[in-house]
Amino acid sequence: MNSNLWQPSADIETLKKRGEIIRTIREFFYQRNVMEVETPSLSQASVTDIHLKSFTTEFVGPNYNEGLTLYLQTSPEYAMKRLLAAGSGAIFQICKAFRNEESGKHHNPEFSMLEWYRPGFDHFALMDEIDLLIQCILKCEPASRMTYQSAFENIFNINPLTASLAELKVLCCGQGFENIANDEKDKDTLLQLLFSMVVEPKIGQDKPCFIYDFPASQAALAKINTANPLVADRFELYYKNMELANGFNELTDGNEQLKRFEQDNIKRNDMRLVQVKPDHNLINALNHGMPQCAGVALGIDRLIMLALQKKHIKQVVSFAIERS
Amino acid sequence: MANYSTNEFKGGLKFMMDGEPCSIIENEMVKPGKGQAFNRVKLRKLISGKVLEKTFKSGDSVEAADVMDTELAYLYTDGEFWHFMNNETFEQVAADEKALGDSVKWLVENDVCTLTIWDGRPIAVSAPNFVELEITETDPGLKGDTAGTGGKPATLSTGAVVRVPLFVQVNEVIRVDTRTAEYVSRVSK
Repeated sequence: MNSNLWQPSADIETLKKRGEIIRTIREFFYQRNVMEVETPSLSQASVTDIHLKSFTTEFVGPNYNEGLTLYLQTSPEYAMKRLLAAGSGAIFQICKAFRNEESGKHHNPEFSMLEWYRPGFDHFALMDEIDLLIQCILKCEPASRMTYQSAFENIFNINPLTASLAELKVLCCGQGFENIANDEKDKDTLLQLLFSMVVEPKIGQDKPCFIYDFPASQAALAKINTANPLVADRFELYYKNMELANGFNELTDGNEQLKRFEQDNIKRNDMRLVQVKPDHNLINALNHGMPQCAGVALGIDRLIMLALQKKHIKQVVSFAIERS
Repeated sequence: MANYSTNEFKGGLKFMMDGEPCSIIENEMVKPGKGQAFNRVKLRKLISGKVLEKTFKSGDSVEAADVMDTELAYLYTDGEFWHFMNNETFEQVAADEKALGDSVKWLVENDVCTLTIWDGRPIAVSAPNFVELEITETDPGLKGDTAGTGGKPATLSTGAVVRVPLFVQVNEVIRVDTRTAEYVSRVSK
């Protein structure tokens, strides 16, 4: 075993600045009367999202002699929504989130997330607030805004919302992605490929950029747009080749939410992935009534990477996975 | 033939692409928070030597390349082929000019080289990291000069040219780092 692995992967000066940034974030929310909350890292339910893999563990103890499967949370979203439904009002949380099979320059399987919810806000009002926070931390210019469709059309002469699978395949082949495109049957996979590899490097270079109006098929937990059912009220924030935040005008309809969970499980079945039981505590909370709100999750480690100009996530966390 | 999943991707892994064995130089994960993960891979095609970027959908698999590195001693060249021998089995392997590439200028008889073998034939040869070669040509240095003045070019017995300190003379044997083509030290005969 390498005897240097006891040392932190970030230097102490970086960790000091990291602490200061997190303090600034907390201050930002205290000044706005947003309550700080904590929710469980271990939960009895997980997410159905076909692209997320949770860590599982087992609790054994009083009342649980048989063992209880628990999932490390991929984000605190469901628990925070239950708080909103219980009448918390505006809340924020800084916590660890856990995602299996994710590791790289911008990914550590355990990472820090800032998530907050604003009852009464729509996603545009929330973008304004995110913009202020980002400027406060990164000392950058205000963010620009662009729809998913125009970001795409600026580069490819095709409407991503109406393009057929065949048209997307042709586009992908033109970019050297024929090894992926040839056998792909899912339009969203090709859209995500083109967006991550070709569009993303061209946006948000000088200042942060919000992309909004994502395709309805990639709505996740966002409302479908009332004026244009082809898009969802979902946005993402990009800056210098980094995906910083993902936010929604939150879906508040419990039945619709349950339907999306079930659709995910159908896709999981097609993809031969394990089925994930829908989180009925969330569904029941939504059925009880969650206030109309907008919410966002922001990767704190990535924000700190940008603030301190670090190229690898391990340079901003005390002990990256290989030293954990 | 075995397959590798993208989860097994790492530097040095060898797999087949477009009918040619490739070696991974760098593997980077690209994953949107909500969406499909991809692997952006920088790789070297082992026959053409070309370096390129290729993107894979995470979870996909590629065919492993039957590529093996073996340690063989250099024997001689007949002008067309360079002959190597396994010092344990005495089995001989002949590599052509293309497989040798730049390594040709570092070949010293009996030195053990690394040969990359694909489907039974050598496709690349790496000389040892350090070789000892005789200087066949270099300007006489000025008396009293010491190392650290930038040096002078010296031609070695294999035809390779490296920079050496001014005090190093013709017919002397020097130690060279083949990875950087840099002089390391004089070797006493």
